[in-house]
Amino acid sequence: MAEPEKKTKFNLGKFITESQLYKSMFRHGYTPSERDRALSVMTNVFFHLHPVKVRKSGARFGFTWCAGGLSFFVFLTLVVSGILLMFYYRPTVEHAYNDIMALREHVPFGIMRELHRWGAHAMIITVWLHMFRVFMTGSYKPPREFNWVIGVILLVLTMLLSFTGYLLPWDQLAMWAITVGSNMARATPFLGHEGPGAALLALGDIPLVHSGSDVRFALLGGRFVGAGALLRFYILHCVAIPTVAVVLMSVHFWRIRKDGGISGPL
Amino acid sequence: MIELFKELVDAVSSPVTIFTGAVVVFLLFVTFPRQAASKGGGLTLLFLVLAFFGVGLTDKHFRSIVSAPDNVPIVGMIFIFGYFTWYAMRKAVENDRRMEKGEPTVEQAETNDKVLVFPYLIFIEFVVALAYAVGLVLWSLFLKAPLEEPANPTVSPNPSKAPWYFLGLQEMLVYFDPWIAGVLLPTLIILGLCAIPYIDRDPGNSGFYCYQKRRLGIQVYLFGFWVLWILLIVVGTFLRGPNWNFFGPFERWDVHKVVPLVNVNLSDLLFIKWLGWGLPKEWYLREAPGILLIFTYLILPPAVLAKTVLKGLCKKLEPVRYSILMFLLLVMLSLPIKMYLRWAFNLKYLVAIPEFFFNI
Repeated sequence: MAEPEKKTKFNLGKFITESQLYKSMFRHGYTPSERDRALSVMTNVFFHLHPVKVRKSGARFGFTWCAGGLSFFVFLTLVVSGILLMFYYRPTVEHAYNDIMALREHVPFGIMRELHRWGAHAMIITVWLHMFRVFMTGSYKPPREFNWVIGVILLVLTMLLSFTGYLLPWDQLAMWAITVGSNMARATPFLGHEGPGAALLALGDIPLVHSGSDVRFALLGGRFVGAGALLRFYILHCVAIPTVAVVLMSVHFWRIRKDGGISGPL
Repeated sequence: MIELFKELVDAVSSPVTIFTGAVVVFLLFVTFPRQAASKGGGLTLLFLVLAFFGVGLTDKHFRSIVSAPDNVPIVGMIFIFGYFTWYAMRKAVENDRRMEKGEPTVEQAETNDKVLVFPYLIFIEFVVALAYAVGLVLWSLFLKAPLEEPANPTVSPNPSKAPWYFLGLQEMLVYFDPWIAGVLLPTLIILGLCAIPYIDRDPGNSGFYCYQKRRLGIQVYLFGFWVLWILLIVVGTFLRGPNWNFFGPFERWDVHKVVPLVNVNLSDLLFIKWLGWGLPKEWYLREAPGILLIFTYLILPPAVLAKTVLKGLCKKLEPVRYSILMFLLLVMLSLPIKMYLRWAFNLKYLVAIPEFFFNI
């Protein structure tokens, strides 16, 4: 007697999961069966960075501290907040500082710049932590040695990303931190005009490596931190280094799978 | 009472006491991992650091430096890395204990268990990412990103500091010329890190936390990370004031503090002070002792060790890997050695050839 009544009752969950729209996106059910759970990972482009199954020891927070995943997560946060900042920021000497000032003064409760800056610091700490964990568990050992090397390069890129971004607010803190940081390049052996051996590179009396032709000049686009440096650092920060980092990250993640997943005892 | 404590801290603070203190703490930590990784050991360390910060924060100068927006991450980092070092050591000690008894390690016990990524791993990742995001948003809400005066190339702040994660390198500039501290050492740090898996190739003892069986590697890594990297960042950020002079944690940064520059080169010490001959005119004669010393430093210890204490290691690694490892370790050790030489003898350069901008 009661059965026909139940059938006519509207079930929202069923209506959604049986619609063509939903089925076109998710080609499997959502039951707690192994098959559906495996398909959840396999048929989802984001989840399928993971294998379907992992070692229980490797899935634990206490083992990985999620440091690598969090490094990627904070990178994505920085991409999003960075894109938003790019709408408001012009990398020229006359506009840069005022644009940042405007973000600060004209946006009530605006935290995009804060999110971007603290995220950058957090990313450095998270990446160091990831390296620390990988070392402490001996996870760099064969067959993962090449992935460790890529990780080291990504670590350096993380610091370079943060370093190039440091100049963009164009305040005293930025300008002088970059001046101090880039002064080191002057002393590069052979390639910096104050580096050992640079004086040897000369044609007769004409020095080949001088303050207008050394690596520091190439980095700054000038003899001091000025308009050229601002533009170069902007392009490096927003386009060049992220591109390289994304490519290397893809290799890094892919190699984790190919080298046998999150490391476990033999 | 607090004033007395602050004066006492300032009086004993100097690069040499702080560095030596850190080395002692490091040695205690790696020699007594069981005690250090116990709950009591961890809590004692945490309490000491918290007490120091607690007392310190009552001081206006200390507060102004520690809470400078760009320095906040460093303070956070000290606690984060302190905790995770302790935590990793704790897991390692537990696994060491199990291995001694012949039991499988914590990770080995469940390594053949496989769990479905969805939902088990995805759930953990989701929760952790959420917590991380909430933390970032709260941090952003409560701490404004710094923005100082507009950039002005004619007014240079004193001290001028690089971003905090490079301050370890800037601190090294005290002891080495820019081409070493700013170019050579960073390059070797990167290459050295890359070289780790090609030197330590034994795939055993990987994939789980352990200490005893990988003691040497872990000690070198922890020393490099904590003492030569984090500590130098802390010193460079918090304790270096105007003109890169050293100041105690509670000492006002006085622009006019005068520190006598009495550093001398090895050649000065040798030819003028000890032998009394006066400096030779030719640079290669003048610097011959220093150059000889450096070559001896790089060649003698590896050769002696290969025949004695590290015979087994040398055989295991084969000559090329062994030489690279020794070179990297010696370069790493050269930093503390140079620091102590500076503090003990006011030594500036071991080899000084200003003719070619070549000073070591």
